[in-house]
Amino acid sequence: MSTRTTHTRTIQGQKNLQNINQASKDGIGGSPLRPDGNLKVKGEFAYSSDMWHEDMLWGMALRSPHPRANILSVDISEALTVPGVYAVLTHKDIPGSKYYGLEIQDQPALAIDKVRYHGEAIALVAADHPETARRAVKKIKVEYEVLTPIVTEEQCLHPETYGYVHEPHEYKSHGHGNICHEQKLVSGLGVTDEVRATADVVVSGDYEVGMQDQAFLGPESGLAVPAEDGGVDLYIATQWLHVDRQQMAPVLDLPEEKVRLTLAGVGGAFGGREDLSMQIHACLLALHTGKPVKIVYSRDESFFGHVHRHPARMHYEHGATRDGKLVYADCRIVLDGGAYASASPAVVGNAASLGHGPYVIPNVRMHAIALYSNNPSCGAMRGFGAVQAAFGYESQMDKLAAALGMDPVELRQLNAMSEGDFMPTGQQIDAPAPVAELLQRAKDMPLPPPLDTEHLDVRQVPGALSNTSHGEGIVRGVGYSVGIKNVGFSEGFDDYSTARVRLEVIGGEPVAMVHTAMAEVGQGGVTVHAQIARTELGVEQVTIHPANTEVGSAGSTSASRQTYMTGGAVKLAAEAVRRALIEKGRRRYGWTHDDITLVGGKVVSESAGTLVPMVDLLGDEAIDLTREHHHRPTQPFDKETGQGFGHVQYTFCANRAVVDVDVELGLVKVVELTAVQDVGKALNPLSVVGQIQGGCTQALGLAVMEEIIIRDGKVRNASFTDYLIPTILDTPPIPVEILELPDPNAPYGLRGVGEAPTVSATPSIVAAIRDATGLALTRIPVRPEHLTTEKPGA
Amino acid sequence: MRVTFTANGKPVEADDVWEGESLLYMLRERVGLPGSKNACEQGECGSCTVYLDGVPVCSCLVAAGQVQDREVRTVEGLADENGELGLVQQAFIDAGAVQCGFCTPGLLVQTDALLEHDAQPGDDDIREALSGNLCRCTGYEKIMDAVRLASARKCAGKAASA
Ligand code: FES
Ligand code: FES
Repeated sequence: MSTRTTHTRTIQGQKNLQNINQASKDGIGGSPLRPDGNLKVKGEFAYSSDMWHEDMLWGMALRSPHPRANILSVDISEALTVPGVYAVLTHKDIPGSKYYGLEIQDQPALAIDKVRYHGEAIALVAADHPETARRAVKKIKVEYEVLTPIVTEEQCLHPETYGYVHEPHEYKSHGHGNICHEQKLVSGLGVTDEVRATADVVVSGDYEVGMQDQAFLGPESGLAVPAEDGGVDLYIATQWLHVDRQQMAPVLDLPEEKVRLTLAGVGGAFGGREDLSMQIHACLLALHTGKPVKIVYSRDESFFGHVHRHPARMHYEHGATRDGKLVYADCRIVLDGGAYASASPAVVGNAASLGHGPYVIPNVRMHAIALYSNNPSCGAMRGFGAVQAAFGYESQMDKLAAALGMDPVELRQLNAMSEGDFMPTGQQIDAPAPVAELLQRAKDMPLPPPLDTEHLDVRQVPGALSNTSHGEGIVRGVGYSVGIKNVGFSEGFDDYSTARVRLEVIGGEPVAMVHTAMAEVGQGGVTVHAQIARTELGVEQVTIHPANTEVGSAGSTSASRQTYMTGGAVKLAAEAVRRALIEKGRRRYGWTHDDITLVGGKVVSESAGTLVPMVDLLGDEAIDLTREHHHRPTQPFDKETGQGFGHVQYTFCANRAVVDVDVELGLVKVVELTAVQDVGKALNPLSVVGQIQGGCTQALGLAVMEEIIIRDGKVRNASFTDYLIPTILDTPPIPVEILELPDPNAPYGLRGVGEAPTVSATPSIVAAIRDATGLALTRIPVRPEHLTTEKPGA
Repeated sequence: MRVTFTANGKPVEADDVWEGESLLYMLRERVGLPGSKNACEQGECGSCTVYLDGVPVCSCLVAAGQVQDREVRTVEGLADENGELGLVQQAFIDAGAVQCGFCTPGLLVQTDALLEHDAQPGDDDIREALSGNLCRCTGYEKIMDAVRLASARKCAGKAASA
């Protein structure tokens, strides 16, 4: 007997939240356990790569080995003859629009006549087994005219000499030449010779950030099932169901309502699932073959199949008075956006507007650009344009402190912004901005004990188990940093989220159901939604409906916005349900109290006590209401001056890093990485701390190990063997302290949490390595060769 | 080919297995045990860790045919028959060590193996034992907490039953 037929896995994600309606009193501010935790530890939670259908095929893409080439011909005939192959598709088989994109529709769903990056998808295969698909992919014959890739800043900025990534006539961008987007900013008097002359001390530097990968563990994957109405159902791991659909429907030539998306379990995202990956491909194959099609990327395909963090080259110049007050800052940030725009325009906006850090600087000039190149496309990643700049401005703060002979923390505190100050964009900060205090708390936390070289456990030193040192040549350093990040979508975007809340009696108990399209990517939004519903409705039992496109958009699970936006929508909907229930009671019982609320399953008046149990009032009628939460409007930045009320909320984190460096071998061990962050209100303290620790660890990766290595446009390390992410041995204890200073404009006073530590923690680690070694270290990730060959203070 | 083996205590037969298939693929796609995860399929991340004859291995590196007549225990086999969670599973939930959870099945098997062999590991021992399991979400602090918690509960349980 084949065991395959006994296989009863569901293709719906429905199962993923079944256990939520266990009784709990945990409202906001508590730390109830995850509603999906039970299934996750049992191995029963259905991730997108676990989707399965009796009759399904496997999809796979043929990807370009060249970063830049003309496609002279594609011959699929031999691939079609492989037994078990059901379809081989090229761009000619796309029924609708051939291009898609988040902000600019410049990316072909399958390459047309040319390829612009290493790994671009050219053709698709559907077959009965992944191995059959792989063999068929190998049999597709493509004739290329290989061209010299445009990969350096110099090449990108001189298209008349080196060529265009997108020919001017096919140009869809807001920029010109190979510039995808640019944003200038001037505040105060800008940076002129007169302004420069008023500074006593000037420091400048060039800084470089390598290309980081989100490296979420769950590979891009999903199952597309063709439907009888000619549409398609897609079970998918994504960050924003509705924006996927919006990009997919025109390519599939279907009305949006025939493209139905249900969130399957997501194994991490960090920005890497903001763009489409296999969504269109799986649906094209399913619609073409009439069979369900599953696509699961291998790890190397995942490196090719999603956008990365923009590598950056930056020039900073800061001027200050002798006593340490900043006078001006001048800055140029060049981001390599790669072949297609993705989120580059918004990343540029963030780099420009947040690129001076959380400091008050009277005169500022900034120029940020994103280039088109034949490197891999870059887009959203945790910290989104603020990460690169933070490495630049925080390196400058340390350099300035050294030039002035000041303590680096004191220099930062002296210039720290606080509530009421102005951003270089002219926006006044109208919520707490405890920058100086966060730094102070990081500084005041006890330091870890010094390395005990007498009783050394080699696992505690750089090099660890490889036994490279027993304490000799090891020097300790300490470094500090602070960063700023915006929350939510900016620059005039109408950012909103939708929630549906239903209250009804089930099994003699009042039960609330929350339905949103929010992508739970691991951050814990589902836990928080249940806490909010419990708090607002005074019930214990809450069910979370699977996220799908049957309810309005929740916006993206990114920009630290989901608790603020979708949490805010759940709050609005729950409040509306509460009002409707109380109104029903007023009509039925003629209550006149104005202090009625819902507590512990009862309708209660603060003055008169319990009025009626909720179950009696509800009877067998459900109250089911949907609300949208929009944040207060923002404005686009002026193109030339960068002025405008561009961001809805700011969030701040400060770090202290302690490192041990083996200066002979160039090995670094981070000994401790402290984080202090203002979260406004911790809706779920356990999750908040978990987010901060996770964010710090990705920052550690960028500081000392993570980089996609590209040579001549070709990716050299598309695997977990060669692209290193921190292991538990590389990651130190991360003590976290949280402040809760409410933001008067946000639901419950909360602040987005997830990104700020990823912005701020990297520079603290590099500062600590500089402290240990005396090296300048202007490029991240810091590699062993930087530590062994650079000259001190260079 | 046909492969016959024991999965979580039950006899299993898988038919039409292609020679190049991994144990991970066979478990996930043929046997209906998708709990072991496919994150790198290269032996680097540990998400696919299962017990093979009592020893934790990366199932992505084991050929399906190699498990003929052998015993495999996956994350699905860590809870008891009534679905009651094992000690390590409960500790991961309680400590907040599960975020996206993709790394969790592999970490649970590896932690279970660690505590089998050393019920009271020190922090350096835990880090060493789990260094083959990547987690991209948690920053590992809560995973350390979970292992310490599981260890404490295990020792308390032993003391109570002694
Ligand atoms: S999937 Fe087996 S080690 Fe990564
Ligand atoms: S919880 Fe997401 S990879 Fe560990």
